Amino acid sequence: MRKIIQSHATEFALLAVIVLISLFLSLATDRFFSLGNAFDLLNTSSVNIIFAVGLLVVLIAGGIDISFAVAASVVQYVAALLLESIGGGGWFSGLLIAAILGVSLGAINALLIHRFRIISIVATIATFNIYFGLLMFFTRGVSIYNLPDWLTSRVILFEHEMADGSWVEITLPVLVMVICVVATWVLITRTTTGRQLYAFGDNPEGARRFGINVGAMQFIAFGWLGLMAGIAGLIQAHYAQEVVPNALYGRELDVLAAVVLGGARLGGGKGTVLGCVLGVLMISITQNGLNLMGVSPFAFKMIIGAIILVAITLSNTSIERLLPFMREGKSR
Amino acid sequence: MTDISGENAGRRPLLSLRNINMTFGGVKALKNVSFDVLPGEVHCLAGENGSGKSTLIKIITGVYRPEAGAVIDYDGETYSHMSPVTAQNGGIQVIWQDLALFPEMTVAENIAFQTLLGRWPRFVNYGRMRETAIRALKRLGVTLDVDLPLKEFPIAQRQIVAIARALVGEAKIVFMDEPTASLTQSETDHLLDIVRTLSASGVAVVFVSHRLAEVLEISSRLTVLRDGALVGVYPTEGMTQSRITELMTGRTFDQHVRATPKDANPVVLEVKKLTRPGQFEDISFTVRRGETLGITGLLGAGRTELALSLFGMLKPQSGEVVLVGKPVHFSSNREAIAAGVAYLSEDRLSLGLIQPQSIADNLVIASLDGIRTGGLLSDERKHRLVAQWVTDLGVKIGKQSDAISTLSGGNQQRIAIAKWLATNPKLLILDAPTVGVDVGARAGIFEIVAKLAESGLAIILISDEVPEVYFNADRVLHMAGGRISAVFDPRQCALQDIEAAVYA
Repeated sequence: MRKIIQSHATEFALLAVIVLISLFLSLATDRFFSLGNAFDLLNTSSVNIIFAVGLLVVLIAGGIDISFAVAASVVQYVAALLLESIGGGGWFSGLLIAAILGVSLGAINALLIHRFRIISIVATIATFNIYFGLLMFFTRGVSIYNLPDWLTSRVILFEHEMADGSWVEITLPVLVMVICVVATWVLITRTTTGRQLYAFGDNPEGARRFGINVGAMQFIAFGWLGLMAGIAGLIQAHYAQEVVPNALYGRELDVLAAVVLGGARLGGGKGTVLGCVLGVLMISITQNGLNLMGVSPFAFKMIIGAIILVAITLSNTSIERLLPFMREGKSR
Repeated sequence: MTDISGENAGRRPLLSLRNINMTFGGVKALKNVSFDVLPGEVHCLAGENGSGKSTLIKIITGVYRPEAGAVIDYDGETYSHMSPVTAQNGGIQVIWQDLALFPEMTVAENIAFQTLLGRWPRFVNYGRMRETAIRALKRLGVTLDVDLPLKEFPIAQRQIVAIARALVGEAKIVFMDEPTASLTQSETDHLLDIVRTLSASGVAVVFVSHRLAEVLEISSRLTVLRDGALVGVYPTEGMTQSRITELMTGRTFDQHVRATPKDANPVVLEVKKLTRPGQFEDISFTVRRGETLGITGLLGAGRTELALSLFGMLKPQSGEVVLVGKPVHFSSNREAIAAGVAYLSEDRLSLGLIQPQSIADNLVIASLDGIRTGGLLSDERKHRLVAQWVTDLGVKIGKQSDAISTLSGGNQQRIAIAKWLATNPKLLILDAPTVGVDVGARAGIFEIVAKLAESGLAIILISDEVPEVYFNADRVLHMAGGRISAVFDPRQCALQDIEAAVYA
């Protein structure tokens, strides 16, 4: 048990912070602690969690990506146009198109990083500007509201009428999110490819000496993030029932903060799916709570920034000082 | 030349290289070298930096391809060159100096890393991986918690993990590149035991090390390279350290005790009952003008902490430090430098020098005030200062603007010393000045130390290699467990006396 706590210190710290915040919010507002609100949280966090698990893979492989959120916007827009041109399509063709577009945009990043030896933060800042610039230039900022019916109609997977007459429901984005989370977990913990990604992020030179295909690692990592970004883009369009070119602009930093909060390391080799999901949930819960408490939305960013700092400090530096029995276990 | 003598006579070599030539950019790195390894033997490959050891290892492991005419016999097959794949599949394993491990991954994953390789993705079999890892550790007679991430373990155990990993690859021959460079004495002893275990189980070990005492202790045969050419192959029995040094450098070093009485000289530093609980206690000594005081002891004896306290980077709890008659209480190392204390750090590569910067910039970094005209740094004064020190200390450099990383270990150390001399110190503290420096270059560094002492500098020489302090210091303090346990006068004791005290 101690071993589990020790090796997942970040996740436990995050969980503790989430419990504390939730306790506080349950006492401070009467609406927070309800099934309806919990399901709302899941429905609204789904897109960010899909982004987050994609980004996690890139961070584990020692890279970083700034461009994935605007890449998702490009995917949304192009997919909407393509679907219109093939006469509507359906979930299958929609997801396929989004996946192919997403993977292609991710592969461009991998190509710049691997082939032209540009460090990932510079390469993706460049593609961030290029993707977003192209999108705004060709769309002139015009949104698409005329989406196919299958994409805009809500798909309810589970609903239940509560005693007070309100409905709680789980919608399609949650199912897609769960599939993406499980798939990412299988990839990075259960397959040899995933472990090679960890090794590559941890010690690139060591991995190279073992004959690991370094180029393939970059394409797999950025391709996976591209795949997730493409899916997230389509799901966000479904959720919002419209495609607005700059709707996802700025999302990259929120997601990056959440993933790092979840214990992934900028520099590679470290990070878990659980931590990543908890990181996103913590930020959503805080935002949701502030909403319910009637705090001005203008104060959100500031408060969330402060909470990220507190949580990172807790999980990275002082967890062992706070829990002395762990130190014992460490000093063998 | 390649006589296989004594008990080894008649055994067929597992690995045999003939006619190995290698040229890099017009420079001959290897000249007609041959090299043999017998099954299960511990063989030492000795030579100074640049003598071709690493090039030879890289040829054997398939990283480099030797020039035409090379013959490599390995395990019954003959090759003109190796490839990394044939080398690995054939059981040739290398433990690199930097270990090439994955600190965030578990011990089991690190040891059984080969099971994670392969072109196509497979599911990971964690159970089998653990078993493989535990079995490999067992062969070495070691138990480690294989589920913990490797970063939880100190360097000595990581080394063992690297060896265990080599065993998983069905090693027939293991190359170890400077395996003891960052280990303490007891860790080194443990590692040497493991090497013996390996050798007894039939795995040949090729040991590359700067530490000649270990070489003599562990290996049965010795191949010496110098300037890319084979000097010879020798049985270790009957060899001495000075003979190996001679073979490696082609020069003879007559080591003699340099100590002379300095009692008449004025005192530069007096330390009285200096204490920092948990690190050192009740330390009292003096250093006089022109005197070299040696401090030795095992790693963790408090030597470095004491030095850092004298340099103002750690605060002693009680006691007194008197520098040239004045009590001093440094609150930072800037104050210590201003007062005339210089400290050459133990870890030159990461702390002492800024590797990507130029030789000139590294040399003047601690004495920028001296090269200012008005408020700005003067390039001309910088170049003059650098040129002077380079000549004084006999540093071999190309251009002043070359990166310091282009210099050899010995020359880097000279620049590091010059950096501190440029601050006009009264007291120079040298902490392990020969770590990573070749035997030949070591002698050069101690020449400089002797010259500096002659010019009136007070020097504290810290080293865990007892011969260094014995031959080069006027007095030797032995520290153990944070206290001074004995003071030796090299003129009145034998090297073995101090060694016995230190390794007791």
